[in-house]
Amino acid sequence: MQKDSPVRTILVAILLCFVCSILVTSAAVLLRSKQEKNKILDVKKNLLLASGIIQNPKPTEQEILEAYETVRAEIVDLSSGETVSTFEIESFDERKMSKDPKHSYKIPVDKDTAGIKVRAKYNLAYKIFENDELSMIVLPVNGKGLWSTLYGFIALAPDTRIIKGIGFYEHAETPGLGGEVDNVLWKNQWAGKLALDENYQPIFQVNKGVVTPSTVNHESKVDGLSGATITSNGVTGLVRYWLGEDAYGPYLEKLRQSLKGKRVKT
Amino acid sequence: MKKIKEVIFEPLFNNNPIALQILGICSALAVTTKMDKAIVMCLAVIAVTGLSNFFVSLIRTYIPSSIRIIVQMTIIASLVIVTDQILKAFVYDVAKEMSVFIGLIITNCIVMGRTEGYAMKNSPVMSFFDGIGNGVGYSLVLIFVALFRELFGSGKIMNTTILQPVNEGGWYPTNGMMLLAPSAFFLIGFFIWIIRIWKPDQVEEE
Repeated sequence: MQKDSPVRTILVAILLCFVCSILVTSAAVLLRSKQEKNKILDVKKNLLLASGIIQNPKPTEQEILEAYETVRAEIVDLSSGETVSTFEIESFDERKMSKDPKHSYKIPVDKDTAGIKVRAKYNLAYKIFENDELSMIVLPVNGKGLWSTLYGFIALAPDTRIIKGIGFYEHAETPGLGGEVDNVLWKNQWAGKLALDENYQPIFQVNKGVVTPSTVNHESKVDGLSGATITSNGVTGLVRYWLGEDAYGPYLEKLRQSLKGKRVKT
Repeated sequence: MKKIKEVIFEPLFNNNPIALQILGICSALAVTTKMDKAIVMCLAVIAVTGLSNFFVSLIRTYIPSSIRIIVQMTIIASLVIVTDQILKAFVYDVAKEMSVFIGLIITNCIVMGRTEGYAMKNSPVMSFFDGIGNGVGYSLVLIFVALFRELFGSGKIMNTTILQPVNEGGWYPTNGMMLLAPSAFFLIGFFIWIIRIWKPDQVEEE
C-alpha cells in the first residue's frame, strides 16, 4: 500500500487517535483522586488563611487538616437563612450551581452591589469553634472588581457585626494596583471594623483615600487602594451584598437569635 | 556522541528559539511575573518538546504527508494534557495560578516548529535531544525575564523578599510595569541585544 493513499491516511489517523485517547484518558483517571484531594485541601487552606487561623502562607497538609478540626461547615438556604442537608458539603460547588437554572437565583439589579447577576440559592457557611464556643463565622464572598470576579472569604465575630478578617484567593486585578487586595498590611486593617450598623444593615466601606480617626464613620472603613478605585468599590459592593438582606442577612439574623443569652467568645 | 552534544547546546545561545528564531514569545510574556511559575512552565515545555519530538520522529516514516501537521498536533496536544494533569496532581498551587497557560503550550510555536522542522527528518534519539535543547534554550530566556520581573516588580526572588517593598513597610517602590506583559518585551529585547553583542553573526543584514 502506498504511504499517501487515502486508506492508509485514514488508518494512520484512526490508530493515532486511539493511542492518544488511551494515553489522555488513563492520565485523567489515574490522577483524578489526587487532584480532587488537592482541590478540597485548597478550599480549606484559603478559608483558614482568610480567617487568620493560620498565618503561614504555605502551610503543610498536616497543618491545614489540624487547623480545620475547629471548623464546622454547613449549607445555607440563603432566602430563608435555614441550614439544609440536601447536599454533600465536600462536593458542594457554588460556582457550578449558580450556572444551573434549577439552583440559581437571579439577583435583582438594584440589589446587586456585587455585580455578579446570579448566585446559587444555597451557599456554604463556616462556624469556627474555640473550646466549644463559637469564635468566628466565615462566609464565602465574590464580586466584580475591574477585570475579574474576586473570590474570597470574610470572617465575622459571633455578634455578626465586627469583621475578623478578609482574604481573596482568586482574582485577576492589576498587579500592584487592584492586586493589592492581597497586601497583608491592608488586610490587617479590616480586623475590628464594623461590617453592620446597629440595625444590622451593611455599612462597611473601602474609603476613597486614607482613613484617619477624624474620618466620618471611620470605624467601618478601611483605606482605599490607591490607583484602584474600581476594585475598591467592587470590594465595598461585594461585602455589602453578601452580608445584606439579599444574601446572608437572614442567616445572620437566625444566628443572632440562636446565640441570644448564650456565652460566646468575643 | 558529539552530535548529541551539538543538538543540545546549539539552541542555548547560537540558535536560541526565542532570541534568534523569535518563537514562543507569547508564553514568555504571560508566565514570567514570578520565578516559581516560570520554572514550572520551563519544565513542562522541556518535557513536551522532548517527548513530542521523540514520538513524532518514531512514527515519521508512517505519517502520510497530507495529514502530517495534524498528526503532530494530536501528539503534542495529548502530551500537553497529560502534563497538565500531572501538574494539577502534584504541584496544585502553581498549576492553579498558571491556569490556561499550561494548556497553551499546545500553541507554543517552538514545539510544533521542532517537530515539523527537525523530528520529521531525524532519528528519534537525536530528535529527543533536539527537543530538550530547544526547551532549555526557551527556559533560559524565561528564567532571565522572570528573574528581573519578580525582583523589580515585587522585590522578591522565588518568593523570598530581597528588596523590601514600600507597601509592605520597606523602602523599595515596586515597579508596577514589571508585573505587566509589556516589560517582558523590553527584557527579551535586552536579552537579544546582549546575545548579539556577544555573537555578532546573529545580527540580520540591513
